[in-house]
Amino acid sequence: MILAATTNESLARMSDLLIYSSMAVYTLAFFAHIAEWVLGSRSKVGRTAAALTSRTPAAAPAAVTVQVKQAGGTAVLEKPKVVTRSAAGTRDVPDGPGAAGGTVKGDLYGRIAISLTVLAFAVEAAGVVTRALSVQRAPWGNMYEFSTTFSTVAVGAYLGFLVAKKNIRWIGLPLVTTVLLDLGMATTWLKTPSDQLVPALDSYWLWIHVSTAIFCGAVFYIGAVGTLLYLFRDSYENKLATGGNPGAFARSVMERLPSAASLDKFSYRVNAAVFPLWTFTIIAGAIWAGDAWGRYWGWDAKEVWSFITWVGYAAYLHARATAGWKGRKAAYIALIAFACFLFNYYGVNIFVSSKHSYAGV
Amino acid sequence: MSKTDTTENTAAPEEAARAQLSTAPREDTAVGGPTLGVVGWVRWFWRQLTSMRVALILLFMLSLGAVPGSLIPQTSADELKVQAFKDAHETLTPLYEKLQFFDVYSSVWFSAIYILLFVSLIGCIVPRSWQFVGQLRSRPPGAPKRLDRLPAYTTWRTEAEPEQVREAALTLLKGRRFRAHTAGNAVAAEKGYLREAGNLAFHVALIVMLVAFAWGQLFKSEGGKLVVEGDGFSNTLTQYDDFKSGSQFGVDELEPFSFTLDSFNGTYEKNGPQRGTPRTFEAAVTYSRGGADEKAVIRVNEPLKVGDSKVYLIAHGYAPVVTVKDGRGKTVFHGAVPLLPIDNNITSTGAIKVMDGYRDKNGKKEQLGFQAFFVPTFAGAGKGTMFSQFPGLDFPVMALTGFHGDLRVNSGLPQNVYQLDKSKMTQFMDASGNKLAQRMLPGETMTLPGGAGSITFEKDVKEWASFQISQQPGNGLALTGAIAAIAGLTGSLFIQRRRVWVRAVRGTDGVTVVEMAGLGRSESAKLPEELGDLAVALTAQAPPAPHADPEAVPEPAEEPAEPAEDPAPSGEADK
Ligand code: HEM
Repeated sequence: MILAATTNESLARMSDLLIYSSMAVYTLAFFAHIAEWVLGSRSKVGRTAAALTSRTPAAAPAAVTVQVKQAGGTAVLEKPKVVTRSAAGTRDVPDGPGAAGGTVKGDLYGRIAISLTVLAFAVEAAGVVTRALSVQRAPWGNMYEFSTTFSTVAVGAYLGFLVAKKNIRWIGLPLVTTVLLDLGMATTWLKTPSDQLVPALDSYWLWIHVSTAIFCGAVFYIGAVGTLLYLFRDSYENKLATGGNPGAFARSVMERLPSAASLDKFSYRVNAAVFPLWTFTIIAGAIWAGDAWGRYWGWDAKEVWSFITWVGYAAYLHARATAGWKGRKAAYIALIAFACFLFNYYGVNIFVSSKHSYAGV
Repeated sequence: MSKTDTTENTAAPEEAARAQLSTAPREDTAVGGPTLGVVGWVRWFWRQLTSMRVALILLFMLSLGAVPGSLIPQTSADELKVQAFKDAHETLTPLYEKLQFFDVYSSVWFSAIYILLFVSLIGCIVPRSWQFVGQLRSRPPGAPKRLDRLPAYTTWRTEAEPEQVREAALTLLKGRRFRAHTAGNAVAAEKGYLREAGNLAFHVALIVMLVAFAWGQLFKSEGGKLVVEGDGFSNTLTQYDDFKSGSQFGVDELEPFSFTLDSFNGTYEKNGPQRGTPRTFEAAVTYSRGGADEKAVIRVNEPLKVGDSKVYLIAHGYAPVVTVKDGRGKTVFHGAVPLLPIDNNITSTGAIKVMDGYRDKNGKKEQLGFQAFFVPTFAGAGKGTMFSQFPGLDFPVMALTGFHGDLRVNSGLPQNVYQLDKSKMTQFMDASGNKLAQRMLPGETMTLPGGAGSITFEKDVKEWASFQISQQPGNGLALTGAIAAIAGLTGSLFIQRRRVWVRAVRGTDGVTVVEMAGLGRSESAKLPEELGDLAVALTAQAPPAPHADPEAVPEPAEEPAEPAEDPAPSGEADK
């Protein structure tokens, strides 16, 4: 028993060390991203302005093209080329080149930043796993543990998108910044020594309910960043389209982001994709509450805010399907819904008394 | 239906076609009301109520309406907190009461929101279901005139005959589980109906869940019972400490069973910063449903299930055993007295009431009452605190003060068993005229002054556990609804409903021109990808002809924009 306690304690110390180390590496990644933005060229910008001000529609109603190459007398068939057109009414604007601005130098720093993020992610994940080993349970018993797991999962999701070759590098800097903030808060204010759970949390539903909740939060977060940037980028494009002249800084930053339409679509997909999982999370929580407290739904503060978040995202999905609500209005709803998610996590745990008060915050 | 599709709609042909890829209600853009009298108004109101816009607003109001209940104490959750709030906020309370802010989730206005929402939902689902059935029974609409205006488009020339191409396309599309048919010079195909089906299933499941919830509320029963180790409970109304039930619940529906609490076992973290944090709570019980006794252990997340009822472990505390004797040495009370915890270390308070059998030294009938303050782990004399240091039973100490007179238990008013009504009681005074109070260890006795008797804190502290016994029908239905909702939602959000058209006509030069176009409800990167795949598959039957005469094929006016250069934009799929 004593022996076990000491190994647990050294594991716990190792976990702390790993978390601090990951913060150091994230900080380096942060600076590399800054370098990417600062050193990335601005010369290649102006595509948006060009697309919006040129008179010809960007995507001409193109026809044709199965191209047939004549190679040594035999016709070599290429895949038929599919011409795509945007829906009527949407701006047809090309995506920005990314933070690096399409330059080799900027791109190099961007790649360094991503490599550092991968390293930091590995270290942080190791920190979470050792924490779990030190307490011999799921590392989700208090807010410190949620926060560390949460940022690990958010970064993991981001790296997953990168591996799947999605256009998501633009999120690098905001993501690393928030991860640092999250870890900073976790290690200074929410730090709780590793220990066992109170009996109410000791259930296999903890694994199911909390892991999906954390995952949903991480992905909703990525969607929210996309939505926020969409709003900025959309104002920028509007300004250009109406003949305005945005400042040099706005121009430099906004030009490198994907087009408003792309950002909007990205956040919609992300939010829509996790919405069923969020629904499942709430239902799993209700089943657990049924086992622990004798009622599956009791309008406890945490339950209420999960419900509000859920209704918020449902409203967002509806808004996307309702004429006159697409675009910016829907985006505001998505941001409100995410704010509800955050409040449910920080606000309810800290300010509201709820059955869901965890050991040591 | 196919009328709009085949007409040349110059404004946005794909928008018109796209609208039919869903059963979403069309928005009424006219704001003004009708001029058709009562029926017209009712119709207008109904159309408004079942529109997406109003559903959206109601959803908004529902989430907004849920907020106050999470910030203001709710009667349903904690009546004591509500009372404390009322005492602390004298000006707000009447306002809040008027707004039903202490019972938000059963308030008139909250109910109005969700009932309206669900009426709207039903009013929306029924026509949408019919429309969907209609779509399933009709064939996919024929090809629009200008396929090149659709979001994904490709074309090539082939030596194959147009009929051959169409036949090949039909086989290909059917092979990929499109619903396809030939209409005129083109094949029309559609796929992904599961999206609509899933969406309808999801909305229906919401109604099922609401019905299950309402049913549960109407027929549920829920009661609490505090049981001291060694004591029992049988499931009849009179045995409950408190009991709530839905309006449709009948008392004879209580599941007949009984149980005895054999022992309660709580352990706590002994060391470290989380010292005192509970680790295990276990109530060992013996229960029976009229037949043989069975043993079970009830834990926090593991209720005991007996028939339709579930027995949950809710709370626990200590029940010191005391003996009260009168002046002549006759035992007038002996038993375990459950005390209520007031903090996490189970500092507890309560009352010991001796209601009958006691006579004072003059032989006059009287009642005795003691106020008890109990700590399972005492800080030690002179430490300046009477609060418990640890929730385990390490160093139990009980402090008592005694009263005599009339407990007023027969006054007709309901009485809290854990509190003394001292209005008709006199406190015992010691010899020097101070109020009698004594801090006792187990085994110690406090003698009441003037031969009034004594009270002994026995060397036996029992534990008690409180249980919630609930019976709630509709849980299975709610769960079924929940699972259906998730399944429907997944289908609705992950499946694309899309149409593909393949047109094959003989060109002016006698060579067949194949045109393919795809249309989805929302723009998706997968659509052009799929169209590309289909085109490649079709070229097996309709191989492209070499460019004999470049003039014969209309070239694009200029370079297509960026996305067009990427036939399978997987790298930009998230755009
Ligand atoms: C009375 C009102 C309602 C109406 C008229 C309505 C209508 C619709 C329609 C037409 C869609 C399909 C949109 C599409 O195909 O993209 C939809 C989707 C959806 N609805 Fe409702 N609905 C109502 C109530 C609700 C309620 C109460 C909820 C849940 C809180 C809800 C949640 C959803 C969700 C999550 C979707 C998926 C969105 C998507 O497919 O993009 N709806 N609703």
